[in-house]
Amino acid sequence: MATVIELPIETYKGPVDPDWCPGCGDFGVLRSVQQAAGKCGVHPKDLVVVSGIGCSSNLPGFIHAYGIHSLHGRSVPVATGAHLANTDLKVVITGGDGDGYGIGVGHLIHAMRRNLDVTYVVMDNQIYGLTTGQASPTTAKGMKTKSTPAGNFESPLNPLVLAITSGATYVARGFSGEQKQLGDLIAGGIAHKGFALIDVFSPCVTYNKVNTYPYFKERVYKLEDEGYDPTDFYKAIEKAYEWGDRIPLGVVYKTEQETYEDNEPVLKKGPLVKQKLGLPKNVHQELIDEMI
Amino acid sequence: MQEVTIGIAGAAGDGLDKSGDTLAKTCGRLGLHVYAYNSYQSIIRGGHIWLRVRIGDKKVLNHGDNLNAVICLNQDSLERHAPEVNEGGVIIFNADKLKLDPTLVPKGVQSLGLPMKEICKEVEAEHGALQPIMQNTVAVGAILALSKLGLEEASSVMADTFAHKGEKVINLNVSLLKVGYEYALKNAKEFTKEWTFSKKRRPFLTGNEAIAFGAAAAGCKFYSAYPMTPASTILHWMANHATKVDICVKQCEDELSVINMAIGAGIGGVRSMCGTAGGGFALMTEAIGMAGIMEVPVVCVEVQRGGPSTGLPTKTEQGDLFQVYGASQGEFPKLIVAPRDIADCYDTTVNVFNLAEKYQLPVVLITDLLLSEHPETVDPEAFYSDVKINRGELVTEWNPEKQGKFKRFKFTDSGISPRVYPGTEHCNYVSATDDHDEESILISDMFTSPPIRRKISEKRFRKMENLLKELPAPKLEGPADADVTLVCWGSTSGVVAEAAELLTAQGVKTNFLVIKWIVPFHAKEVQELLAKAKKKISVEVNYTSQMARYIKMETGVSMDGHVNRYDGEPLEPKEVAGRVQDILKGKKIDLDVSEDDAKEMAYHYLRTHYAEKLRPVRAVRESANGQGEPVWNIELAERVTGKRGGKMKIGVHTGATYHFEKEPVESK
Repeated sequence: MATVIELPIETYKGPVDPDWCPGCGDFGVLRSVQQAAGKCGVHPKDLVVVSGIGCSSNLPGFIHAYGIHSLHGRSVPVATGAHLANTDLKVVITGGDGDGYGIGVGHLIHAMRRNLDVTYVVMDNQIYGLTTGQASPTTAKGMKTKSTPAGNFESPLNPLVLAITSGATYVARGFSGEQKQLGDLIAGGIAHKGFALIDVFSPCVTYNKVNTYPYFKERVYKLEDEGYDPTDFYKAIEKAYEWGDRIPLGVVYKTEQETYEDNEPVLKKGPLVKQKLGLPKNVHQELIDEMI
Repeated sequence: MQEVTIGIAGAAGDGLDKSGDTLAKTCGRLGLHVYAYNSYQSIIRGGHIWLRVRIGDKKVLNHGDNLNAVICLNQDSLERHAPEVNEGGVIIFNADKLKLDPTLVPKGVQSLGLPMKEICKEVEAEHGALQPIMQNTVAVGAILALSKLGLEEASSVMADTFAHKGEKVINLNVSLLKVGYEYALKNAKEFTKEWTFSKKRRPFLTGNEAIAFGAAAAGCKFYSAYPMTPASTILHWMANHATKVDICVKQCEDELSVINMAIGAGIGGVRSMCGTAGGGFALMTEAIGMAGIMEVPVVCVEVQRGGPSTGLPTKTEQGDLFQVYGASQGEFPKLIVAPRDIADCYDTTVNVFNLAEKYQLPVVLITDLLLSEHPETVDPEAFYSDVKINRGELVTEWNPEKQGKFKRFKFTDSGISPRVYPGTEHCNYVSATDDHDEESILISDMFTSPPIRRKISEKRFRKMENLLKELPAPKLEGPADADVTLVCWGSTSGVVAEAAELLTAQGVKTNFLVIKWIVPFHAKEVQELLAKAKKKISVEVNYTSQMARYIKMETGVSMDGHVNRYDGEPLEPKEVAGRVQDILKGKKIDLDVSEDDAKEMAYHYLRTHYAEKLRPVRAVRESANGQGEPVWNIELAERVTGKRGGKMKIGVHTGATYHFEKEPVESK
């Protein structure tokens, strides 16, 4: 493996300052993504940040990289296409819980079972923020929102369990209030060969008055401080269910598996974007002959 | 033109497509032209399959409306298709299994029951017991004899088809052909004169295969799809040839993923394509707009089938024009093109990859089940290997000191901005679904800017003006001083061309106009052409004459009449000519249930409710007699014994079923 030459965080300063609400958790996530890219030494020309729609999905506009700010829920397939087109690129998907676990959850499951070699950072604020505060797939049971004035009576989805059981090979949880650790978790995801899902508590200071910075600060602890071994599948599932007074942060599950890219035969000849276009004359003739 | 049409009928799973292939490939090698059409159903086994192979010594444009010979593989097929054979023709069937009611045989038509067991004795002695499917090969041998196609080329086709199975299997199949061939020569008369074989070898392929081949030739590197009839055979071709043609083929979880992946690959810098039918395209529409605003080249194949909703999955229709026209919210440039035949599928696909990249827009290549799934022989020259690849304004290097800041959506006279793919230094930008300025910074939320919005909209639409100039305008085909101009699009052009010739021969001078490039549209040219035409009649396989409406919207020109078919089957030349004659005479279309329709409806109900134990024999038109409308009184017979089995009444106007009476049939 080539030695990584780390790049300073300023390398990734975007052309526009973020327009998130003051205090939004996404500021910390943006900084952590920049830190992680720098730590992995990814040149901005080779970094592609793909998002869907939502407050957090505006992130590609605020970072110096190639960005794809796609449709609501469709960041994963767009990222898949972009990465299969050019496997030399580092693809980081960023978005929110509504985008990834709601409208886009079908794609997410399939990308994880394929073990696609991309990193997905979900800024999970347990609410729809851009649309001014409706319940999301991770909104806690009982929580009152604009769309659940009497309290949400649906159970929230558990992203970590979903990821582990769907086939993601790097599953972690971060907190935008723990930025240093978050940067390391994202860097770990980028360096990891396979699908990395990093679910990040990124509080919405405007529309979620329950899952706030203090809420998490009181409850979170770091798995690495407790000598946790993330390679055991069943222990990981158990850990992924831990919620309440103590909520774990860190790498919950990690395994080395073949990626989709490893098995795609056409990629063995190098990234698609670098391959020659069109057919050699003899192949062209063979294709005609087989139809006669 | 010397021509014959051979029908092969049976149940799904009888292997009759293989028999059709053998016949067609034989003709393709002899230098004859073939057009095959299979009206199959969405059932894996069972169901009625009706394959017609039209063979001519000149280019055959459609499956026609003749039937010179029929091979029937089951009793149902024999009963339904024996009466359709033209005079001088022949009905071929397995006499060991099936019985042909002599009253079903038209005058002057030969009946050739093959005593399979008897004639295959020697082959069985050498190769062991034969599988039922092998009766098809014997029947094909008989057809080869009676249609004067010889044994030699057919044997060479068998040799290639079974090359992977070895000498013994080849010999077995050739022997079976020979058995049928010799028996037919002794027991029936040939139904065509001697052919002149040019021996020009022509490939035999479908529209879907031509599109897939064209994409590979044009440098497509990524193909995504979700299985959906009738687009799936593009996916199959791609998957089978992926490593040969170096295309990354991705079967996705749904069509949302399909098109979003294809667009992602387009942004990533490769030529990408995806394919689906109308239902899948409905799911894709949001992303078509994404490609529009992001200015990403992507080719999307929309193969129409009978709609709406799940509709008729295995039947043809041209009902999705307005769907592709209106696909996605908002206004943006997109290219919509409808190739007219199989050779055109190849050429159009090759071209649209260049246009998609040059104009940086989504392309919808719209075909239909008939075009996508029927195979025909095509001159090999149509599949030219000298493909010019033009990637448009693709930037591979950028020097900011000399060239200044890279602006992905630079406002230019042509409307075309420099494009780049990730991995290129100094060109970072964001592909955004929100509207944006020249540098790809959003103008949608915090910082809106009406003048920038206006300018970027104008920039995008300038591409369409230039694109239109590059596309050839449609031209009238046939006599310039025609009395009638037929207007059509897509696969219907083949039948319209022949109908125009028929009409001209009948004394109604007819020409026709095929609309291929739909968006952008040559409104001025089409308006001028049609304004001069005496009688304009649209011919479409849909209910609402969508192309006629579109032309009216774009040009203000209304048609004088419409020919439509919307029962899932393609139009046929005599049918079109007849309808045009009626329109000219001011005769209203007769939508009543015909005698044949009534029998076909009876078949449906007998199949679904009575396990095909009965069959319709005769239909007599009767007065309303209390039913509120005249009815077809259909006599039913017990299938095996031929004894009277009951009757059924079907309304002549509405097609309602009023009455079903099953006469007691003795059970053993």
